[in-house]
Amino acid sequence: MNVDFSAEELAFQEEVRQFLKEKLPADIAEKARKGLHFEKEDFVTWQKILAEKGWAAVNWPVEYGGTGWTSTQKYIWSNECAKVGAPGVIPFGMSMVAPVIYGFGNEEQKKRFLPDILNSNVWWCQGYSEPNAGSDLASLKTTATRDGDEYVVNGTKTWTTLGQYADWIFCLVRTGGSDAKNQEAISFLLIDMTTPGITVSPIYMLDERREVNEVHFDNVRVPVANLIGEEGKGWTYAKVLLTHERTGIARVAQSKMALQSVKALATETNDFGRPLLENPAFAQKVAELEIDLLALEYTELRTLAAVSTGKAPGPESSILKIKGTEIAQAIDELKMEIAGYYALPFLDEQFDINFDGEWVGPGSAANTAPTYFNNRKTSIYGGSNEVQKNIICKAVLGL
Amino acid sequence: MDFSYSEEQQMLQDSIAKFVQNDYDFDSRMKLVKSDLGYSEANWKLFAELGWLMVPFSEADGGLGGSAADLMVVMEEFGKGIVIEPFLATTVLGGGLVAAVGNDTQKAELIGGIMEGNLQMAFAYAEPQSRYNLADVATTATKDGDSYRLSGHKAVVLNGAAADVIAVSARTSGSQMDAEGISLFLVDPKSDGVRLKTYRTQDGGRAAEVHLDNVTVSADQLLGAEGQALPVMNQVLNRAILSICSEAVGAMEVSYKKTVEYTKTRVQFGVPIAKFQALQHRMADMFIEHQQAKSIVLMAAMKLDQGGAEADKAVSAMKSRIGKAARKIGQESIQIHGGIGVTEELDVGHYFKRLTMIELLFGNGDFHTQRFAKL
Ligand SMILES: Cc1cc2nc3c(=O)[nH]c(=O)nc-3n(C[C@H](O)[C@H](O)[C@H](O)COP(=O)(O)OP(=O)(O)OC[C@H]3O[C@@H](n4cnc5c(N)ncnc54)[C@H](O)[C@@H]3O)c2cc1C
Repeated sequence: MNVDFSAEELAFQEEVRQFLKEKLPADIAEKARKGLHFEKEDFVTWQKILAEKGWAAVNWPVEYGGTGWTSTQKYIWSNECAKVGAPGVIPFGMSMVAPVIYGFGNEEQKKRFLPDILNSNVWWCQGYSEPNAGSDLASLKTTATRDGDEYVVNGTKTWTTLGQYADWIFCLVRTGGSDAKNQEAISFLLIDMTTPGITVSPIYMLDERREVNEVHFDNVRVPVANLIGEEGKGWTYAKVLLTHERTGIARVAQSKMALQSVKALATETNDFGRPLLENPAFAQKVAELEIDLLALEYTELRTLAAVSTGKAPGPESSILKIKGTEIAQAIDELKMEIAGYYALPFLDEQFDINFDGEWVGPGSAANTAPTYFNNRKTSIYGGSNEVQKNIICKAVLGL
Repeated sequence: MDFSYSEEQQMLQDSIAKFVQNDYDFDSRMKLVKSDLGYSEANWKLFAELGWLMVPFSEADGGLGGSAADLMVVMEEFGKGIVIEPFLATTVLGGGLVAAVGNDTQKAELIGGIMEGNLQMAFAYAEPQSRYNLADVATTATKDGDSYRLSGHKAVVLNGAAADVIAVSARTSGSQMDAEGISLFLVDPKSDGVRLKTYRTQDGGRAAEVHLDNVTVSADQLLGAEGQALPVMNQVLNRAILSICSEAVGAMEVSYKKTVEYTKTRVQFGVPIAKFQALQHRMADMFIEHQQAKSIVLMAAMKLDQGGAEADKAVSAMKSRIGKAARKIGQESIQIHGGIGVTEELDVGHYFKRLTMIELLFGNGDFHTQRFAKL
């Protein structure tokens, strides 16, 4: 048993630090530091820089442009990225659809789609959920009816994250009629968002920002060549994808950074003439979260170690999802307590890089509440925390 | 022992409930939230006509009695509609200060104006560094002949934008955190040297940063005795805390009930999600939290009406408990709604926002738990 980094790993860590220092664009770093909003361009710019270095596709096999990193290297990478607040890679192309394409797609599809994902030329979104198919995803009703060389797609997808930017959407659709029970009738289809018959309407979140969308399909004609693998196998492919979605969801590195900033903020915050961090009730909560996070970090390391010996991440990823989101949400709550009265102002415009008005509140205090509100989503999406517990009950406890 | 409402209280409750039910649906509220003023002047006039603005004031001041229990009845009903009209800032905070220590002229003019629906007030007490310490006052008031000159920065002043008169706490003597030496002034926001930075608040209201730069305030705008404001501020904030806690009780009731209703209609895995016991127990917990919250608010209202030394302790007990309940019920209502819960279009999220802010206002849970332990 050993958790120390080897000499090579330490050298890798140094290389990563150097790279981030040199290559993370100054305006993006500034946004990260000040808690300003990232725009689409920020994600794209950064990902292109990563692609140039060969570090964009952390988890892909080397033959398609992946890094070939060990799990320790991946761990170092995500820690260092979190430290400087580098924008995460938007997962829909890179970690959601790509593994399905290189896992189950044909050669032509691989050639056609993977390079553009790797180089961030195409923005993907995920079309799984529907108004009446959330936790019970298999009850989805969007249909794709074969008509010659095309499918005709009808239905509504919802909660489509950042779909307003998307060039392509990957969808689960019903190819065997609209029988709600039948998982064998679900297929995995790639759809060009510019196809006639698609309309995208915004859904605004609690922070009043447009993050998700409804996507309507009205007789949308999609070439059969865009079907991944076989008809009726979509559910199996999607399950693979969902497992990928859940790894990394522990967000240990990000929560560590967030806890550090909690401590820094609470040191600067006056509480009856003393730093808030010295208030025993507050200090206790910080310590408890730190301890919880430490346990989660080692749970994640254990999972990574198992994965590196060839085991697919199983129900462990449910632990990571549940604890990861609980801890991150609890950190948001501490930030609310620190902000106090200055959590109240609604000043979204203040978090635009071009804002030059009068700044209200200390640091990014005014962004605390929107972040807290918005992050309530994390225990709902990606398989809600209740659904994760159901998975543990079934797959581990045998209930 | 008798916890039932008087006939007057029952009528008051019914009339506000009817208003919220008929005239304060979610869409109308959201229009007001996004309007220029941030609330409805017509509603405010209606509140005056129906006598609601008289509730917080004693009969001697021309009001309806002003008991804490009455205030509780009003605010709980407002909470059910998360009413954003500035009742708290104008009548409980501003009006409360005037009622407590104003002279006859001030009372006649200001309380009269408030009850008629013609006057808006705000209370500027917090400062960027003060957090929940009412005595932490860096704003200064320097005597200058027949007037005072005020300078300083007041933070997150509720209803600051619409207020015709802002009551400002400022230091006339002593050092920054002394209990003695704090005075209250009635400031006209249109005076030279007053600058407001106004904004919406996360919970749909309005507030402002109030910057005072050598603002001249005549001596007759001093509110109460010079240097003796702290006990008054505490007393008025106790009633403000009772108000927002009562409001929270109303908001929590709507939140848990809407959640229960939603689970009966939302079908996943072929059944209403209400059938899942994992969710049932959590909704039972929400119900318990709401009942406990209602009880402790009732307790505090009665202690406040009795007056005396126990009031502070009762208020802190209430605020601490309400904070926990508000967080729990708010978060659970979102979680159990699933994706729709985190959207702007659903009312439940707006109740959650208001409940969240109530937890932070006038001292959060830790502050009041610690205050309770010390008293
Ligand atoms: C911000 C955001 C972004 C999203 N992005 C995308 C995206 O890009 N693409 C996409 O396809 N989807 C996306 N989703 C959808 C997400 O996956 C769903 O919201 C999620 O699956 C839950 O479904 P639902 O919202 O319909 O809630 P429901 O399934 O209706 O659940 C409501 C509540 O019931 C609980 N529940 C349900 N079943 C059970 C059970 N058997 N036992 C106990 N409790 C249960 C849930 O946990 C939840 O608390 C996103 C969602 C959000 C909020």
